[in-house]
Amino acid sequence: MPPVLSKPTEQPMETTVNTTTEGRPDFISIRDFSFFYGKKQALFDISLDIPERQVTAFIGPSGCGKSTLLRNLNRMNDLIDGIRHSGDIVVNGRSIYDPHIEVISLRKRVGMVFQKSNPFPKSIYENVVYPLRVSGQNKKSVLDETVERSLQGAALWDEVKDRLHESGLSLSGGQMQRLCIARAIANRPEILLMDEPCSALDPIATVKVEELIRELKQEFTIVIVTHNMQQATRCSDRTAFFYLGKLVEFDETPKIFSNPAQKQTEDYITGRFG
Amino acid sequence: MRDSDTKDLELTRTLAAPGEPFVWLTAMGLALGLIMVVGLLGVIVANGLPVFWPSKIVEVHLKPGVKNPLPNSGDTLTGELVQTREKRIPVLSATGDKIEDQTEIQIFVGNKDVNGSGFAFLNNTDIASLSEPRGIYRLERMEYGIAFAYPKSLQLADGTSVPANSPAFTQTLARLDAESAARRSEIEKIEKHDIGAINSRITQLRAKGKGSPESLKEIAALDADYQLLAAKARELRAIQAAAALIYTTPNGIERRLPVGELVAFNLPNTLDFTQKLGLFFHNIWNFLSLDPREANTEGGIFPAIFGTFVMTLLMSLAVVPFGVVAAIYLREYARQGLAVRAVRIAVNNLAGVPSIVFGVFGLGFFVYFVGASIDSTFFGEYLPTPTFGTGGILWAAATLALMTVPVVIVATEEALAAVPRGMREGSLSCGASKWQTIQRIILPASLPGILTGLILAMARGAGEVAPLMLVGVVKLAPSLPIDGAFPFVHLERKFMHLGFHIYDLGFQSPDSEAAKPMVFATTLLLILLVVVLNLAAILIREKLRKRYATGAF
Ligand SMILES: Nc1ncnc2c1ncn2[C@@H]1O[C@H](COP(=O)(O)OP(=O)(O)O)[C@@H](O)[C@H]1O
Ligand SMILES: [Mg+2]
Repeated sequence: MPPVLSKPTEQPMETTVNTTTEGRPDFISIRDFSFFYGKKQALFDISLDIPERQVTAFIGPSGCGKSTLLRNLNRMNDLIDGIRHSGDIVVNGRSIYDPHIEVISLRKRVGMVFQKSNPFPKSIYENVVYPLRVSGQNKKSVLDETVERSLQGAALWDEVKDRLHESGLSLSGGQMQRLCIARAIANRPEILLMDEPCSALDPIATVKVEELIRELKQEFTIVIVTHNMQQATRCSDRTAFFYLGKLVEFDETPKIFSNPAQKQTEDYITGRFG
Repeated sequence: MRDSDTKDLELTRTLAAPGEPFVWLTAMGLALGLIMVVGLLGVIVANGLPVFWPSKIVEVHLKPGVKNPLPNSGDTLTGELVQTREKRIPVLSATGDKIEDQTEIQIFVGNKDVNGSGFAFLNNTDIASLSEPRGIYRLERMEYGIAFAYPKSLQLADGTSVPANSPAFTQTLARLDAESAARRSEIEKIEKHDIGAINSRITQLRAKGKGSPESLKEIAALDADYQLLAAKARELRAIQAAAALIYTTPNGIERRLPVGELVAFNLPNTLDFTQKLGLFFHNIWNFLSLDPREANTEGGIFPAIFGTFVMTLLMSLAVVPFGVVAAIYLREYARQGLAVRAVRIAVNNLAGVPSIVFGVFGLGFFVYFVGASIDSTFFGEYLPTPTFGTGGILWAAATLALMTVPVVIVATEEALAAVPRGMREGSLSCGASKWQTIQRIILPASLPGILTGLILAMARGAGEVAPLMLVGVVKLAPSLPIDGAFPFVHLERKFMHLGFHIYDLGFQSPDSEAAKPMVFATTLLLILLVVVLNLAAILIREKLRKRYATGAF
């Protein structure tokens, strides 16, 4: 049996704020990471460095473990019974499995957008400020400012600014997903995880969300899972191709799509399987 | 070629048909259930509502030689026809032959003070003819129930009298009736409310003051107040007795009825349809709003309605938090395994324990243990008179809450499980803790389901009688659990309950024939009360459903 307990990293805490526009190339560093649902191994020895303030896309046939890896980045998989892992995930120099770090504080630094949009049955306003409210922030001026900034960030402000107190469920599918994005960025996280955010959207809404992703990378480190190869080319800087729980290839997006190093990658992007 | 194809098709169709009879079977099952429910409601409505409809008074003339069941009545008998029915034991004629017509007629003859019993039975064959005397009055009295009467005169307080045939008679009688009703409620206010307050204060002073000079002084002052009030009440009572209606019963006995004893009067045989309708609704209103009289067979049942209502509300207040908290632990926090499953089975089985067992438990635990402990800690001065250490509305509500808690737990657990996974993940991904997620997202979204549980619990609790008999329900409660006397809500008081009222009227009443219509009317009311409470909960639930609808897109 492989060792399952994560060791706290020996690395010193990185506290320097990146001043270069480039950002830290190993902002999220996944090291020899394996993951098990009970007896079933879903990820095999993944090692991957995700750069700061860029868009990294995970592609691969369904069931290959993209979501599993993504959901490990904010420890969302902790909810599932019988899981275990080996290896480590280090964000900005610090292991997310560090016993001194609380899951809640990790999740506050990592926003997440889900495949199926999941606004709360609350008003648009309350949906957006939810992350602030659960952090104990109830000051009206701060909340108001956050609502405007986040909805503008999610390109939804103009459409909903006159009906902020209507239910979030009264929006259209595309608007709901952008509302979820606004919610995910409300508390100014460092990382934004998106699990097939456009799979349930119509083409127009998809275009809007893609534009949004390109804008948001100025501020956030974005990891996006997608089924759609065009989407990966359109909005990501780097692409990781997974197959059967293993990382096959990880490179600059143009390189992956024009000149993949691996035969499997080429087969996949040319549509020979998947 | 074609032919054989269609044949094959037909063959497959007949082969698929064996399921068909089950459609009929299920439909029949539903139909049977509906018929039974509608039939039950029909019987209750058909027996309950006519109670309030004013019926005619008939004079029955008997055939010569027939023995009159009423004393000193010659060959006539006056009253309201109640029902015609087959005789239980067939009678034979004098010659020993079987008589064709075996029906008998039940007549409500009233005038219990004169006749002894309120009802008489006559063989259909013994009746010569019926007539409807126009001048007969129906008097509702404080005591002895209804009187059928021919008024003679009114004796006023000043000694003058108004004869029944004078034009001013009805008007004067109506005026006196209204005045006496006003005085009656004043007397009640003095005796129940004012004197009651003084009494409870005196009891308190005797218990707590321990004979100190101040307390004795206050007791003396209160006693003086009491004497004043008592004198006032006596005076009012004297006025109530001063004026009187003189009437003769149908069998010619003259009676005197003080106006204070008269509740209402009318002339049933002269009423037209609109008047009857007015009287019908008036009777219903009285039934709903008055206190019971005459061992609960007369008057209204307001205290029972109020008691049932308050007890059901208290039960809901107790059962919801308890059930919801338990369900949250079971579903959200407890590790799903053998232990949790065992607990769940145990909870479900709790719903099958006979309710009387809960009554016994409530008596032993709530009344004798919790209540007695409260008494010895907080109400020691009053002992040995128990305050909480005896049955009361609080313990009744707690007992029923315990009985219905499984329903709420099961419904809540289901509602919690039905909250979409995406909601939880969405909340957690925002950095919410588990408790914040439960409190802000999951609980609001499962409120409609929780209310469903409450509706089921109320339906079961409001109709329950057996356990209540052990923990606080009484035949006649002197005061309501909520009233104008400080501290306004008296959870330790005994109370009246519609369900128990039905049992008491139907099976414990000295005159069960007289009580029968009341049993149906009370049943109807209990059903209506449950329906109203349920409708209220359903309306709230629909509102919440709209607000917390989680259907995406
Ligand atoms: N909760 C779970 N329990 C057990 N197995 C799971 C669970 N979630 C996913 N898996 C399995 O893990 C593998 C990877 O799933 P996933 O990460 O969802 O794939 P992808 O997102 O790439 O389609 C699949 O084989 C899937 O069946
Ligand atoms: Mg997936």
